[in-house]
Amino acid sequence: MLYAILCYHDEDFVGSWTREQDAAVMTKLAVVQDKLKKQGRLGPVARLLPTTAATTLRKDDPPVVLDGPYAETKEQLLGFYVVDCESLDQAIEVARDLGAANPGGAYEIRPVGLFNPGSVRT
Amino acid sequence: MTDTAWIDAALTSARPQAVGALLRYFRNLDTAEEAFQNACLRALKSWPQNGPPRDAAAWLIMVGRNAAIDEVRRTSKQQALPEDEAISDLDDAEDALAERLDGSHYRDDILRLLFICCHPDLPATQQIALALRIVSGLTVKQIARAFLVSEAAMEQRITRAKARVADAGVPFETPGAVERSERLSAVAAMIYLIFNEGYSASGDTSEIRKPLCEEAIRLARLLLRLFQSEPEIMGLTALLLLQHARAAARFDASGELVLLDDQDRRLWNEKMIAEGLALIDKAMRHRRSGPYQLQAAIAALHARAARPVDTDWAQIDLLYGTLEIMQPSPVVTLNRAVAVSKVRGAEAALEMIEPLGERLSNYFHFFGVRGAFLMQLGRNEEARVAFDRAIALANTSAEAAHIRMHLDRLIRDNELRNAKTGKGK
Repeated sequence: MLYAILCYHDEDFVGSWTREQDAAVMTKLAVVQDKLKKQGRLGPVARLLPTTAATTLRKDDPPVVLDGPYAETKEQLLGFYVVDCESLDQAIEVARDLGAANPGGAYEIRPVGLFNPGSVRT
Repeated sequence: MTDTAWIDAALTSARPQAVGALLRYFRNLDTAEEAFQNACLRALKSWPQNGPPRDAAAWLIMVGRNAAIDEVRRTSKQQALPEDEAISDLDDAEDALAERLDGSHYRDDILRLLFICCHPDLPATQQIALALRIVSGLTVKQIARAFLVSEAAMEQRITRAKARVADAGVPFETPGAVERSERLSAVAAMIYLIFNEGYSASGDTSEIRKPLCEEAIRLARLLLRLFQSEPEIMGLTALLLLQHARAAARFDASGELVLLDDQDRRLWNEKMIAEGLALIDKAMRHRRSGPYQLQAAIAALHARAARPVDTDWAQIDLLYGTLEIMQPSPVVTLNRAVAVSKVRGAEAALEMIEPLGERLSNYFHFFGVRGAFLMQLGRNEEARVAFDRAIALANTSAEAAHIRMHLDRLIRDNELRNAKTGKGK
């Protein structure tokens, strides 16, 4: 079974780390990740940019693009995609295509700051 | 994270919202601040034992408000009862408070709190000091250190600023759309001032003044979270991030200023650059350009260039051209001329800045840039005169030292040329 582990923290707090503090945390995390990677058990790992960089596509009819993160609490997180795009515009286009295939709900589009493709074999 | 570190972080991040709401209740800055301080003291006692509340800001507002009301009741036994207006909204049901916090109400609270610091009667330095004290909650000692003045002088500066703001009357009514947008741009300008106060520091003080840049970025992010669809606020946040990303490369070991072309780009903060680029990308989608977005877009082109030669100077020239139309200023033209010198050569650039001489006759950078163009054209004697003038006008020792470096290069080149021509004869 694959498990997704979703990371939550106070972005102001994490954002206030100095470069050195940040690097120290990332080094410790890399030890855990490397072990999993060698075992072929690590899937993609992504560190997202802050919510201020987020854009949301509400999959209404017609779909609406809103600045900011997805703020409603009545829906639940059901899945995620990682796509390589030239620009935010292109990422929104991808989200529109996905939304046309599956209307309702919303997609939050967040730029990925750090990405590790992992090594998982399924 | 230890208990105290967690609580400190929570109090700092809840502060603008809590003080903003308390100011709305009490309509008096001192009362609001005092109420917040009381609430913080209680939090330090209560939170380690009972665990953190779900919503720290709501907790602080509630506790701070009750503490202040108790205080009023206690003193009212000796004094006449306060006027009703002095304590507004006291009848609000407590349930309604939490609900309102979730709404857009606190957005105007925080904007108001920031806005009263930008009062046009206050000189820029007082605006900044007041915002850092009231909104950011830095201690007078911390602010004094960042401004390189004594604690007593800073205390006096803040007290004066507060008195002035109190006399001026704080705008408490909920702002209309036009007013809100005016407040927003005044606040954005103040945040930019805070940043520049830190950014314009010379090498020997840049480390001490760095918290000003960091605080400006924190406030810009706060503003962006409140006004998520404002492209200029995205632009401002991006601009600050992209400029601050270069902090580690801007001064060498001896504190001398290192120009963009000579900076070690590996020292640039990639995380900040990534965030800045994402924000400018997001802002551009709105197709509502503005000065912060344009400046951020220029900073983004520098950030995208792996080496100085990769810089898209033609695009930078275009962006400065648009900025010149939007916000005409000889300083913008001067900056544009630097891009022009890279695209069309020093001759064209020099021609562009000649008309600015009168208005920038006391501006250090004008003579520095002019000298550099003349030097590129081989007009060394004129270059030397310009550089001498620049040194005389330098604001910091780092600026003067930087120009001296150009002068040394001129002298070296001259000697080299003389030596060569000597051989040729």
